[in-house]
Amino acid sequence: MAVFADTDVHLAAPPTAATEAGGAILTNSWLLIALPLVGAAILLLGGRRTDGWGHWLAVLLPLGSFAWAVLTLVELLGMAPEDRGVPVTVYTWFAAGDLTADVGLLIDPLSITFALLITGVGSLIHIYSVGYMEHDPDRRRFFAYLNLFVAAMLVLVLADNFVLLFLGWEGVGLASYLLIGFWQHKPSAAVAAKKAFLINRVGDLGLLIAIMIMFTTFGTVAFSGVLGATGEVGQGVLTAVGLLILLGACGKSAQLPLQAWLLDAMEGPTPVSALIHAATMVTAGVYLIVRVGPIFEAAPAAQLTVAIVGAATLLAGAVIGCAKDDIKKALAGSTMSQIGYMTLAAGLGPIGYAAAIAHLVTHGFFKAGLFLGAGSVMHGMNDEVDMRRFGGLRRAMPTTFATFGLGYLSIIGVPFLSGWWTKEGIIAASFDYGGLTGQLLGTAALLGAGLTAFYMSRIMFMTFFGEKRWAEDAHPHESPASMTIPMIVLAVGSVALGAVLVFGYRFAEFLSPAIHHHEHEFDLAHMLTAPYSLAAVGVLVVGVVIAWLRYGRSAVAETTPKGNFVTVAARNELYGNTINEELFMRPGQALTRAMVVVEDRVVDGVVNGVGTGTRDSSLGLRGLQTGFARTYALTMLFGAAIVVAILVVRF
Amino acid sequence: MIPLTDSVPAAAIASPVITEEPPSIDYAVLSPMLVVFAAGVVAVLIEAFAPAARRHSIQLGLALASVLGAFVLTVLQVGAMPDAEAGMAPEEVAGVTTAMNSVAIDRPTLFLQGTILVLSFISLLLVAERRSGESAFAAQAATVPGSEEERSHVLAGSRHTEVYPLVLFALLGMLLFPAANDFLTMFVALEVMSLPLYLLCGLARRRRLFSQEAAVKYFLLGAFSSAFFLFGIALVYGYAGSVNFADIHEAIETGGSTLFVGGTATPLLLVGIAMIAVGLLFKVGAVPFHNWKPDVYQGAPTPITALMASGVLVAAFGAMLRVFLMAFGAAVADWRPMLWVVAILTMVLAAVVAVTQRDIKRLLAYSSVVHAGFVLTAVVAATPEGLAGALFYLAAYGFTTIGAFAVITLVRTHENGPEAADISQWAGLGRTSPLLAGALALFLLAFAGIPLTSGFIGKFAVFQAAVAAGATPLVVVGVLASAVTAFFYVRIIVLMYFAEPEGAGPSVIRAGTLTGSVIGLGVAATLLLGVYPTPVLDTLLPQPVEAALEPGMATEDGFTR
Amino acid sequence: MELYGPIFVLGGIGAAFVVVSMVVGAIAGPKRYNRAKLQAYECGIEPTPQPAGGGRFTIKYYLTAMLFIVFDIEIIFLYPWAVHFDALGVFGLVAMLLFLVNVSIAYAYEWRRGGLEWA
Repeated sequence: MAVFADTDVHLAAPPTAATEAGGAILTNSWLLIALPLVGAAILLLGGRRTDGWGHWLAVLLPLGSFAWAVLTLVELLGMAPEDRGVPVTVYTWFAAGDLTADVGLLIDPLSITFALLITGVGSLIHIYSVGYMEHDPDRRRFFAYLNLFVAAMLVLVLADNFVLLFLGWEGVGLASYLLIGFWQHKPSAAVAAKKAFLINRVGDLGLLIAIMIMFTTFGTVAFSGVLGATGEVGQGVLTAVGLLILLGACGKSAQLPLQAWLLDAMEGPTPVSALIHAATMVTAGVYLIVRVGPIFEAAPAAQLTVAIVGAATLLAGAVIGCAKDDIKKALAGSTMSQIGYMTLAAGLGPIGYAAAIAHLVTHGFFKAGLFLGAGSVMHGMNDEVDMRRFGGLRRAMPTTFATFGLGYLSIIGVPFLSGWWTKEGIIAASFDYGGLTGQLLGTAALLGAGLTAFYMSRIMFMTFFGEKRWAEDAHPHESPASMTIPMIVLAVGSVALGAVLVFGYRFAEFLSPAIHHHEHEFDLAHMLTAPYSLAAVGVLVVGVVIAWLRYGRSAVAETTPKGNFVTVAARNELYGNTINEELFMRPGQALTRAMVVVEDRVVDGVVNGVGTGTRDSSLGLRGLQTGFARTYALTMLFGAAIVVAILVVRF
Repeated sequence: MIPLTDSVPAAAIASPVITEEPPSIDYAVLSPMLVVFAAGVVAVLIEAFAPAARRHSIQLGLALASVLGAFVLTVLQVGAMPDAEAGMAPEEVAGVTTAMNSVAIDRPTLFLQGTILVLSFISLLLVAERRSGESAFAAQAATVPGSEEERSHVLAGSRHTEVYPLVLFALLGMLLFPAANDFLTMFVALEVMSLPLYLLCGLARRRRLFSQEAAVKYFLLGAFSSAFFLFGIALVYGYAGSVNFADIHEAIETGGSTLFVGGTATPLLLVGIAMIAVGLLFKVGAVPFHNWKPDVYQGAPTPITALMASGVLVAAFGAMLRVFLMAFGAAVADWRPMLWVVAILTMVLAAVVAVTQRDIKRLLAYSSVVHAGFVLTAVVAATPEGLAGALFYLAAYGFTTIGAFAVITLVRTHENGPEAADISQWAGLGRTSPLLAGALALFLLAFAGIPLTSGFIGKFAVFQAAVAAGATPLVVVGVLASAVTAFFYVRIIVLMYFAEPEGAGPSVIRAGTLTGSVIGLGVAATLLLGVYPTPVLDTLLPQPVEAALEPGMATEDGFTR
Repeated sequence: MELYGPIFVLGGIGAAFVVVSMVVGAIAGPKRYNRAKLQAYECGIEPTPQPAGGGRFTIKYYLTAMLFIVFDIEIIFLYPWAVHFDALGVFGLVAMLLFLVNVSIAYAYEWRRGGLEWA
């Protein structure tokens, strides 16, 4: 029984043939992970000796990984499409008797897409961080954690089995936790880190149980083995597995109901928010759902749940984004919302997979760009995050304004920019899903598009237009080149990438061997004439206009005005924290207390009670025993009685 | 009263034949134990005759050399073991028994002995560590705590070099405990292991009264549990007519003695199993026989706690595995429900109680109880996979826990203060000594079973074996319990890295060479066994016998008879 | 369950012995307490030397007691060996000698470290 690598169930191509074709580049794809991992190790173990050059090493290694990923992509493109799923066994992790666990990677279009996104955007953000963290005494540690994150994230997406995926899953959780709490001196950062960690544990537990069920059901945890055998298993099991995987995805991707940690996670340094909490890690849930597509396809109830969760989150995130005055938290709400789009698309089944991943990629670019822009603004404004203290920054920071603006136009879906291509893809797929469900999901996506236009315009107007509402000691200035260059590269991606990917189905066809993609209507003519596409442009305009009326034309208050109950609810993140506390934390605390009481009162009480009964007869022996040893001995005696009773009494 | 049958011939209650021929003793296979024993005896002589000033260095050298020598001898025996190949009869690969079948040297024994020797070696390094002339042990344990006499001994720099022979004797017991092939030898081993430990527990330098209380408690309860064990041996002897494990196994298969009119002596067996289980479960510290563990771990000198938490636990589980899988292997349906209940109680209760612990050593003690519960799931499995999983788990846990206790010896409340007991005193350690805190964090993550640490592989191995043996509900409880334990492990990590220290924060003693190497070894073993455990899993652990062999012939439990 | 009869009877006898002897002792024994009777030993000799705080015996008592037990057990082992001395042969002789040497080593330790000096 080969547990992790099930060779009986072949991938699209016989692995050996593919490996030979792949040559040294594919067989050595473990280098993708090893490079940043080595960086993290050197920086963490090297200590202060690496302070001087460590950050440059940390920049170079992900760049090396990126180069290797590009080579791998070229290699893959050179193969026939059906051969593009190459399993690479790195080494045998452990083998006990008939149980073998290999550490194996799966290089296929889906995983290489992620590898490119992670190393590409990751490298840009590393470069940005060199400037951003220049004055931080702990810059070396920061870069070590960033490298660690990149390595873990690559493990997550390159793994060819669920256990290795889970390892990466935990690894990115750890890196995220360390980086959210990077500024330990801020109590809010420590609390946020803890909160992220705990909420993620809930999701991780779901994923872990799902893996265990898969292992017991299929006898393997390899993707090929599990996904190839979904037809042989009852729908009940698959639905359970699907829902548990969804729970895991919700935790990592900040989807309802495990969304509460993401906004607090903005306590971390801004490059972290850009890389981990916008571009890569939080999209891991979407990756997982698309990766295990066959399970969801065989369990329609679970699949529909995915779509509903996505739709609900995209609205909730957008509403929260509308009300936050903290620029990073507003962007975080937007991230929630955009990932909601992806989850929605992933929940539509094969017609949505390519759209989900395409939006994921373009979102990685424009959202990372937006966060870096926000970071640049904060850098120039003494780490101010309250947008009510910004205003009129477009002249002080022209490059930031331009790049941020392009990201903004892209995310709200201005036609022919990246965001438009991919978001339209999702809206179209939703309506094409058919039936009332499709109509409702599509409507939610449209509504979300309008809200996106509103809250993004609000951020734009409050930050870069209007009156200067700066703090008295603020002297905004443009950021150094190490920060602006990555922003420019990302802005170019925000503009052009969508067309490159979506136009002519390039990306969907590239992905199709990996994700069982099905064609759906997405041609340009259709996009420009379909009623929902026109509606999307309509809500876009409406959103921008309302935002302009409220935040562009009229003056913005420097302090947060009192709002009606909707605004207040949105500012409070729709009471997600309160709900968590009431539903989970309190009962959990109560349970722990109860168990302690049980141990203290009931167990000891029973023992003491019986002890009291026997006290009179044991008065003479009492002097020999001191303190609690008597109680212990009595406990043991009752334990022995129980042990005897279980053995002797037949059931 | 039901009369005993008088028709049973005396021979039916097979009395052991007292042979007057000298028993054949294979000194080679016993050599590791003999070396340790001889070193212990010589160490007593050194105590008697060597000048006080030079005793410590001689004792330390002797102890380390003998443990190392015993380890080399053990490794040589592993090398002499024939490799299991398909087609070989199981007897050929199983191992040997010697000294009238009282000691069995087979793969599990050698693995356990090797592990125990390495763990003891590491513990000895901790025992030997002295900082600014101060070890973890009392200057003169016989003095009344706080008395003038004690102070004069402290000022004079007195020290108990008797610690070394005591550790060696305890080590002898640990080596014999899992190798014993009959109940009397096992009982002797149990006592040889326990008596020195009772004494060592009372030797802590600081908080002397606490330490003495721990020693007395451990002694009283240990004696109590030994009585159960002995009573159980008597009952099982009544059933099987022998104390030898192989004979007991056979007796159970054939129905045992026909002591009672119209039936077998099954009640004797069942009550006997229960009593023996109580004795063994006490040693491994399973609920409800765990009460001693927190008090004793807290009170004992930390190096001794490390030894108990690693070596003794390994030895006790080794003995337990042999007793339950081999001697009582044919009665698995009888004892399995009992161990189910005990395992569930152990995992759940200990995990929940540990959540509210404030003292770091108590917390690790409760964690040790939880881990005992995890290993019990492998015992419940009662398969070769379970055996292999349990052995791996024990080795992995031993290294990790010794490392964790080594870290504890270094962290003090203030300069020259006592060990920082309350976990709130650990706040901010991550900032002042990131490497030390990182090592402890790694150990705690390994306890929690995070992948790429040895703890994960161990948990996977035992849980997988339990699932394969049909104990899935038990594994679900185990996974939930490990989720609970993860909570308090992570809480410590959070505390070390993200909490504001009270006042100046903990003070860290510069790690001496000895303690430093202990922590280094712990880290290395935890990572190596987590990232690349294949060599251990493949070559060291007893492999399940190939199913191709004739059914019924195979020693399915992996032990020799 | 009737198979367990003998065990229950045995347990019952054991428990009854404890209960009966304590009850009989409590009922039948005359209770005329005086100062001397409440002291540690009825013979009335105070343990010497009196430890600080009271309640602790000096360690010397235990050392003597342990020495006694060590040699006591040695005798117990020697008896069966002596009975079978000729049959057990050289192996038995060597084993017994080794045992005696080991006991003597413990004795030597106690002697050298001042355990026998009654100061």
